[in-house]
Amino acid sequence: MMSVTDVATRADEGPAAEVKRQEIDEVTVRFAGDSGDGVQLTGGRFTEATALAGNDLATFPDFPAEIRAPVGTTFGVSAFQIHFGARRIYTPGDAPDVLVVFNPAALKVNLPDLVKGGLVILDSGTFNKRNLAKAGFDQDPREDGSLDGYRVLEIDITAQTHNAVEGLGITNKEAGRCKNFWTLGFVYWLYGRDRAATVDWINGKFGQKRPEIAAANIAALNAGHAAAETAELGADISAVHVSPAPLEQGLYRNITGAEALSIGLVAGAQLADLPMKFCSYPITPASSLLHELAKLKSFGVTTFQAEDEIAAVCAAIGASYAGGLGVTSSSGPGIALKTEAIGLAIGVELPLVIVNAQRAGPSTGMPTKTEQSDLYQSVFGRNADAPLIVLAARSPADCFDTAIEAVKLSTKYMVPVILLSDGFIANASEPWQVPDFNDYAPFPVKFRDDPEGFQPFGRNADTLARPWAKPGTPGLEHRIGGIERAEDSGNISYEPENHERMTKIRAQKVLNAAQDIPDQIVDSGPPTGKIAFVSWGSTYGSISSGVKRALADGLEASHIHLRHIWPLPRNLGDLLSGFERVIVPEMNNGQLVTLLRSEYAIDAEPLTQITGRPFKADRIYRLIKDAS
Amino acid sequence: MNVAPDPKNFTAKDFTTDQEVRWCPGCGDYAILKAVRATLADIGTPPEDVVFVSGIGCAARFPYYISSYGFHTIHGRAPAIATGVKLQNPDLDVWVVGGDGDMLSIGGNHTMHALRRNVDLNILLFNNEIYGLTKGQYSPTSRVGTRSPSTPDGSVDRPLSALEFALGAGARFVARSIDTAQKHLPGVLKRAHAHKGASIVEIFQNCIVYNDGVFDHFTEKKSAADTQLHVEHGEPLLFGKDKEKGIRFNPQSFSLEVVTVGEGGAALSDIVVHDETNKMLAQMLAAFQPPDFPVVIGVLYCDPDLEYVSEVTKQTEAEKEKAGPADINALLRKGNTWTV
Repeated sequence: MMSVTDVATRADEGPAAEVKRQEIDEVTVRFAGDSGDGVQLTGGRFTEATALAGNDLATFPDFPAEIRAPVGTTFGVSAFQIHFGARRIYTPGDAPDVLVVFNPAALKVNLPDLVKGGLVILDSGTFNKRNLAKAGFDQDPREDGSLDGYRVLEIDITAQTHNAVEGLGITNKEAGRCKNFWTLGFVYWLYGRDRAATVDWINGKFGQKRPEIAAANIAALNAGHAAAETAELGADISAVHVSPAPLEQGLYRNITGAEALSIGLVAGAQLADLPMKFCSYPITPASSLLHELAKLKSFGVTTFQAEDEIAAVCAAIGASYAGGLGVTSSSGPGIALKTEAIGLAIGVELPLVIVNAQRAGPSTGMPTKTEQSDLYQSVFGRNADAPLIVLAARSPADCFDTAIEAVKLSTKYMVPVILLSDGFIANASEPWQVPDFNDYAPFPVKFRDDPEGFQPFGRNADTLARPWAKPGTPGLEHRIGGIERAEDSGNISYEPENHERMTKIRAQKVLNAAQDIPDQIVDSGPPTGKIAFVSWGSTYGSISSGVKRALADGLEASHIHLRHIWPLPRNLGDLLSGFERVIVPEMNNGQLVTLLRSEYAIDAEPLTQITGRPFKADRIYRLIKDAS
Repeated sequence: MNVAPDPKNFTAKDFTTDQEVRWCPGCGDYAILKAVRATLADIGTPPEDVVFVSGIGCAARFPYYISSYGFHTIHGRAPAIATGVKLQNPDLDVWVVGGDGDMLSIGGNHTMHALRRNVDLNILLFNNEIYGLTKGQYSPTSRVGTRSPSTPDGSVDRPLSALEFALGAGARFVARSIDTAQKHLPGVLKRAHAHKGASIVEIFQNCIVYNDGVFDHFTEKKSAADTQLHVEHGEPLLFGKDKEKGIRFNPQSFSLEVVTVGEGGAALSDIVVHDETNKMLAQMLAAFQPPDFPVVIGVLYCDPDLEYVSEVTKQTEAEKEKAGPADINALLRKGNTWTV
């Protein structure tokens, strides 16, 4: 697969000499260090430079819950993995080929994941007795054979960085914090990356307030780049070239889930012709959505940081009641707190979009680790019969369309929609072919304004949605509330038959939303056959990758990926009945599998992984191979 | 506040629904309902621009009886939902109605933050010092020793003072009245409505079934003059049948004291003159408790400050002005892009 060819460095890289670069198809690189080392930032810049070079990519930021854990400890290690290639990339990579570590603790935590023969780049300046002890090394791993079988590049990055920024008028501590950019410069050279976008970014970030910090970081970046260019790297370490991926023609950008979700919600609100009130309470990993939307005030978004999760959902409901698009967001534990209020929104039949960036649980669980274990909570997790619509995004970019669909269904059916994302989707990024917003058909909300024959709980015959009549409309004054409402009038009703009818109507209304859901397609593989993998959410990339690999090897399997968790697509039952085996891979203890078994009375099999880490494509591939 | 283009003379009937009122006969809520309807007619905001939001409890049934827009929500959350209503449409007159359990116990956090943020809401706190709808358990405002189904040997925890709490939370309008005070209550309600920002009115409300007569010691007609102190901005703090008693500041103890005014007593010039904008005075007055002090009735504190939604709106408008039209395509293409 690997071939060595001569590839000239790109003209925009400056006056570098011709470099012999090894041409490779794909590679996975992981940066790891203390949570204060700027690892996530390094990963973010490398991602941008890689995207601009035209590779397809997927990333996996993996950081500890502690903001600044004690320096040098294993539990303070933060990591960022990027998988990029000259072909389509669906996952952040099963195992890194290259590991860049800023200290011994990062080596300790991450070395077991590195592929055999992989490259370790380490900052030898941090490999002192104290740091080795803090990382739990009895002996220096560089000397006791721990690194046998790997290619190792030892550089005193700490010292090199200090040299590079000397005389730029920053403190010793500030100089130390430039080492991530030195490292980035070094790695940029290895992969032939252009530094221009990163320099722009540094200037944008620090140029105004701390020009000396900007200058130091740029000096470190350039010094690292120059060091790599002039270093004798050794026979087994070479500069690399990864050709642009054969992506569909068009305009691309790199996007995280939080960004795509924020723009999608804003776009949805605009298509619905509604002002958005985004009411939230900080929680990992959902807060990034609040941060993104707080920057979009000019799009008519109002963000409200409430006093707690309950107030957040309640303010969103109040906003919807008054004729806006109420949106709230949280992660599983916060969604649990919002549950009673979600029941109110279901009962009074108001639109509400609830974003759940899932994380490992129960309770506090593992806040920064990803899991898709809130499917039960979303579909079933409320008191009484309280149905709503549940959608799940499959990747960072997919959040855009999913958000628009959530807004559309919620306003059309006057019912809350839960949009499931997770910690992985929220933080990870991928290149995205930017859509033309003009291609999206508007779905403007029509508020009721005619008092003639107005019934607050009268219904549209097709959808069963009730009219949306907002305060301020003359002649439509009415009262709604959490006590069961009489059909049509909405007045308080304890009549037994009315409650039964209203319960059935609320359930049917949600099922009717399936009219607006496209038929389920088979993502890859034949439409009937031996094995179908049915997945949802962020496992899309791994499952898709594993199945595609198997298909390429002539094995037989199919992949079906659901966005619509409830109601399920109308044809799904028929589709699944065409397969001998239905396997449901999930990052939980088996939730969608239960739903499918109960809905279709089929013998769907669970395939679970509950480690807080994404599925590996290889696991799916091997499973198909073993079954063949 | 909204002013109807063609001011119509509203009557209480214009704010009355066809729903049968379902409070216990003799409940103090009837009197409050009457006063509120009269106040709404007097204020003259058209019913379509008025919203009543309530939580859970006897008091929370209120919206069903006012023919404006109404939202009967869930326990304790009315201030949070009302905040959302106001965020979406600041032009609405939004009233929040709840009892002591609703707004000081399960929903205490939301009451605190609505007041702190200074959202333009009119919060009516019906304080009957008991849980009515759940059948008579003691509440966060019940006095020590209250016997109830959940405290058969008498409650041991000390009660919360609603207005001291409100002032501590940063409320800029704090007032008090009594359910049966049909002359006094509408005036206070009107002041609360006129205040731009969060206003809270504590209304002592008699629960005829579970806590009957709990306020008798200062509401009984024959002794009210001696046990109630009605405050008015700029007027001396006098009470008693012949205004023969007053409140004087004692600089030695840094406290207020009750004195007799006139011959042999304190001079009128020694009596504290009520200043609605003096928060420290308001805090001392809010803490007055019988039998040593009269219960203070009226507007204890009114000192307007920046209102939350107006400030939020200003930021949004400024950003809109700076950025120009909301172009989603431009937003999608912001930052680094490349062409394949």
